[in-house]
Amino acid sequence: MEINLHGSWYVTILEDTPIGDIHITMTMIMGWVVLIILSLLCWILGRNLKVTGISKRQVIAEWIVEALNNFVHGNLGSSYDGYIPFIGALFGTAVLSNLISLIGGCWSPTADLATEAGWAIIVFILITKHKIKAQGLGGYLKGYLSPIFVMAPINVISELATPISMACRHFGNILSGMVIGTLIYGALGAASMALLGLIPAVGPWLGEHIPILKIGFPAITSLYFDWFGGLIQPFIFCILTCIFIKQADEG
Amino acid sequence: MDFTVLAKGIALAGCGIGSGLALIAGIGPGIGEGNAAASAVESIARQPEAASDIRSTLILGVALAETTGIYGFVTGLLLIFVAPGLFLGKL
Repeated sequence: MEINLHGSWYVTILEDTPIGDIHITMTMIMGWVVLIILSLLCWILGRNLKVTGISKRQVIAEWIVEALNNFVHGNLGSSYDGYIPFIGALFGTAVLSNLISLIGGCWSPTADLATEAGWAIIVFILITKHKIKAQGLGGYLKGYLSPIFVMAPINVISELATPISMACRHFGNILSGMVIGTLIYGALGAASMALLGLIPAVGPWLGEHIPILKIGFPAITSLYFDWFGGLIQPFIFCILTCIFIKQADEG
Repeated sequence: MDFTVLAKGIALAGCGIGSGLALIAGIGPGIGEGNAAASAVESIARQPEAASDIRSTLILGVALAETTGIYGFVTGLLLIFVAPGLFLGKL
C-alpha cells in the first residue's frame, strides 16, 4: 500500500541560500499549467465576437460574463465593477486547480497551503485597504483599541483570523478529499490483492497489476470530495471576499 | 541508560492520542448542520415555492459551518501522516 501524502514532489535547484533551500515544487508546475489552460480558454472564448448571429462559443462566454456580473452586483453592489475580473479570475483559478486532480496523475495545486495562502494574503490586503479608505489610517488603528485598549491583541488576532480561516477552509476541504481518495485507493488495492490472490497460480501477480476492485467505487466518493467540494469551496471563498470587502467599506 | 526508544515511543504515542482528540471537533458541525437542515425543512414546509432558494442557502450555510470540523480533521491527518516523520527525524 504505497501512499504518498507528504506533500508534492520537488527538485532543489539552489541549496543553502540565506532563506534556505529553493525548490521547484509540483505545486508551482501545476499552477503554471492551470494558468496556461485558463488563459487559453479565455482567449478561445473571446475570439471573433459578433453582435448578432452569435456562435455557441459566444453564448457560453456571454453566459459566464453575465453570471459573474450578477454575482458581484448581488454581493458587492453596483459601484464595484472593477472587482468583477478579479473575482472571476479567482473563481476560475480555484475551480480549475481543484478539478485538475481528476486527470490521472496530476496534483492539484490547491492541495498545498501555499496556494491558498497567496489568495488569502491578497484578500487581506484588499480588506485592509478598504478599511483604511473608509475610516482613515488613524480611525483604523484606533479601531484596534476599541472597546478597551487591553483588547488590542484579541482584535489583532480576530483580524488575522479572517484570511487564515478562509485559506484553511479551502485547503482543508481539498486536502481531506485527496487523502481520503488515496486511502480508499490503497484499501481497494489491498482488497483486490486479497481477492485475486485466491486464484492458484497467477493470483498475486494479477492482484498487484490488475486491481480490479479499484474500478467504480472511488468515482462515487470522488463525486462528493472532488466535484461538490471542489466547486463549492471557491464559490464560498469568493462570496466571503465580497462580503468582507463590503463590510470593510461600511464599517 | 538509552532513552531514545522510549522517547520515540512517547512521541508517536503523543501523535496518536492527539490525532484522536483532534477528531472530537467533529461533534460541532454535526449538531450545527442538523439544526440548519431542520430549519430548512421547516421553512420549505411553510413555503414550498421558495424551495430552491432555501436549498441553496442551506448548502452555503452547511459548507461554512463545516469549517471547524475540517480544521480538526486536517489536524488529525497531519498528526498521523506528517508529524511522525517530522518528530522522529529530530530524535
